[in-house]
Amino acid sequence: MLMLAMIGRRVLGGMLTLLIVSVVVFVGTNILPGDATEAILGQSTSPEAVAGLRKALGLDLPGHERYLRWLGGLLSGDPGVSLINRLPVAQLIGPRLANSLLLTALTAVVAVPLALLIGITTAIWRGTLYDRVANVTAVSLVAVPEFLLATVGVILFAVQLRWVSAIATPSVGSLTQALQSFTLPVLTLSFAVTAQMARMTRAALLGVLDSSYIEMARLKGVRPARLVLHHALRNAAGPIANAVALNLSSLLGGVIIVEVIFSYPGLAKLAVDAVETRDMPLVQACAMIFCTTFMLLVLVADICSILSNPRLRTR
Amino acid sequence: MTIKRHPAIGTSDMAAIEVALAKGASRRDLIRWLGAAGLSAATAGVVIGDAKRALAQTPKRGGRIKVASQTSSTADTVDPAKQNNQTDYTRCFTFYNGLTRLDASLAPQLELAEAIETDGATVWTIKLRRDVKFHDGTPLTADDVVFSLARHKDPATGSAAKALAAPMKEIVASGKHEVKITLESPNADLPVVLGTPHFLIIKNGTTSFTTAIGTGPYRCQVFQPGIKSIGVRNTEYFKPGQPYLDEIELFGIPDQTARLNALLSGDVQIATAISPQLAKRVQASPGYAVFETKAGGYNDLVIRQDSDPGRNQDLVLALKYLLNREQMKSAIFQGYAVLANDQPIDPTNRFYFPGLKQRPFDPEKAKFHLQRSGLANTTIPLHAMASSTMLDQAVLIQQAAQQIGLTVDVKRMPADGYWSNVWMKQPLTMGSINPRPSADVLFTLFFKSDSTWNESAWKNEKFDQLLVAARGETDEAKRKQMYGEMQTLVHEHCGIGLPVFMSILDAHTTKLKGLKPIPTGGLMGYAYAENVWLEG
Repeated sequence: MLMLAMIGRRVLGGMLTLLIVSVVVFVGTNILPGDATEAILGQSTSPEAVAGLRKALGLDLPGHERYLRWLGGLLSGDPGVSLINRLPVAQLIGPRLANSLLLTALTAVVAVPLALLIGITTAIWRGTLYDRVANVTAVSLVAVPEFLLATVGVILFAVQLRWVSAIATPSVGSLTQALQSFTLPVLTLSFAVTAQMARMTRAALLGVLDSSYIEMARLKGVRPARLVLHHALRNAAGPIANAVALNLSSLLGGVIIVEVIFSYPGLAKLAVDAVETRDMPLVQACAMIFCTTFMLLVLVADICSILSNPRLRTR
Repeated sequence: MTIKRHPAIGTSDMAAIEVALAKGASRRDLIRWLGAAGLSAATAGVVIGDAKRALAQTPKRGGRIKVASQTSSTADTVDPAKQNNQTDYTRCFTFYNGLTRLDASLAPQLELAEAIETDGATVWTIKLRRDVKFHDGTPLTADDVVFSLARHKDPATGSAAKALAAPMKEIVASGKHEVKITLESPNADLPVVLGTPHFLIIKNGTTSFTTAIGTGPYRCQVFQPGIKSIGVRNTEYFKPGQPYLDEIELFGIPDQTARLNALLSGDVQIATAISPQLAKRVQASPGYAVFETKAGGYNDLVIRQDSDPGRNQDLVLALKYLLNREQMKSAIFQGYAVLANDQPIDPTNRFYFPGLKQRPFDPEKAKFHLQRSGLANTTIPLHAMASSTMLDQAVLIQQAAQQIGLTVDVKRMPADGYWSNVWMKQPLTMGSINPRPSADVLFTLFFKSDSTWNESAWKNEKFDQLLVAARGETDEAKRKQMYGEMQTLVHEHCGIGLPVFMSILDAHTTKLKGLKPIPTGGLMGYAYAENVWLEG
């Protein structure tokens, strides 16, 4: 019951958040100098051409009217048409979203188990040489910017050694082709998020391991592995799930650097292009997707922590 | 076998020599011609030898290449009328032909046309080749040409070349293989216009552009906007033996470092549009080469003549003498540039006037004019686009000005809105102009008194009269003389400081042969597809 009520509240709150975000994004895009007509006409602008094109694109209407039109369209299931190339926004975003999801999923498959493994083992062997080495490595990797990792990776493994491809094509035709395309981008992304998630997992576990019921279990003679996996991990699941969710949501829209370096056609580049060309419907659609994913992942994380906690589950 | 470029002569000139040789020019003609250009007979002999060897290279059949170009979006098109970037041009030249094609000096050569005739440059008769077939087997006729040209005038087509097509008052088929075009006013450059990318010929009645059915060297097998296009060899191409490759795949990698990495990792064989900085990296990599096209594109210092301080002619001259062209060429463009002389016609153009004396970098003269202008103690703002070569050039102007006690305040403006809010709006700005197909187009767009883009608001009646007269003149020698006068007028009086012409750079594997520069754009003016082959 508790859970259904929570989900209900979250969905309502989420709708409100989306509405607020869409207003903020709309106002923000409008504050930027210039509009889509300039992106289309480029150097060849003239006052008449701009005026004509503005009218044709509906940009001559007052701001609130444009916003309401867009909102009305969205509510009836139509996110509108791109101002730049007159293609439906849904058609532009569809394949890009699929590509981004593919990259996120592949990264998650590599990064999440690895992060949990490192986090848990370093917590179990706290203070050992392994723990310290793993920690220093993790902190260093978080500190190295993605563009450096990716660029060095490309120059070393694609240009010099020629083991993998320098560009990532979003298709998984065969295993070798997938390895060629995805090894470098997935590794680059994994480095940063794995390190963060592992650190969070370790911290959350250690917090629980210091509590008195663990002390009790230890005194009672529970073996270390069982102590961590059975007694401690469940209570640490909430924070861990949240750390994973946060990192995964950043993978969907926040990987512009990896998309540019590997020329991967994902959502982040589309969003940046849309802002650059002042393509309002496209900017809004991207913002809505990023915001929704973020909220969904956090919701899933919260559900996970409720499920793992009997006190919350049964109350 | 590689083509060695003689230091005394540019690649474009080399190409011109090769064209002359292919057309049957004798060795003696060429030596005389090169001698006139200041080369000794011995040097000329070496140059001609190089050109002959280049001609003797025999193309090899077969193989496939992948080409990475600089743009890619869902707006990609195979509709010649709607092309709006270089990737589109490169793609369309793979599938279509024009009536003419521009050569290394931007002179029109016949392509689908067999003959083009006119007296007076107003009424033109174009005879078509009879051996040309579209990819679906239908032969090319006058109806296809009339359709292809007339559609640009229809606003519903949304053609980027509507302004160029508007003066074609009447376009009719005067025979099965003959088209008659009547212009509103004489224009001797019609054959040049017909060689530009938007006037490629499509099939009569074409309305859908999900694929391309042209007469070109490759058939369109795959066309996915924003993803890629694949062309396979057209075995019935009308040029005997051509094309050489079996397949060309074209796609975009917008980030230039990523594009170059794709080349150096062997994922692609050509990476287009490389910056001079990256070109150095290509040259340091064995097995790869930079293909330089000397062309007419330039960044310029725009000094508005309709406001202060640009109205002051001494200030204009002072600024022109402050352009350190050599330094800009070597420091900003790594040598991939040609010195310019404050007028927009570059040395590859057939109407270039070599007699105009080069204006040197001369701080002393600049100082003299600055004193005379009475503006020595003022601060002059100069607006330039942030992180662009325009800004780099502005900074060099600033440094040179400092030497003579003139304070230039360089304002870094964001790229967003630069062309609408800054360029030509502030008294001093930096501009950037892409190569244009003819002297007439260039002068008409950017220098004619009443043009919207008359960058420096320069008014010169004599120039305007010469422009119209040269357009209608069919005698090439007379035209050349008129364009020479116009170049002198711009050089002496216009509010434009034009330091260097920028080369266009493409990178490719050295296994790829057959590239020769055509200054309308990179990759042989986009028409590389039918001319390149793979070796080894």
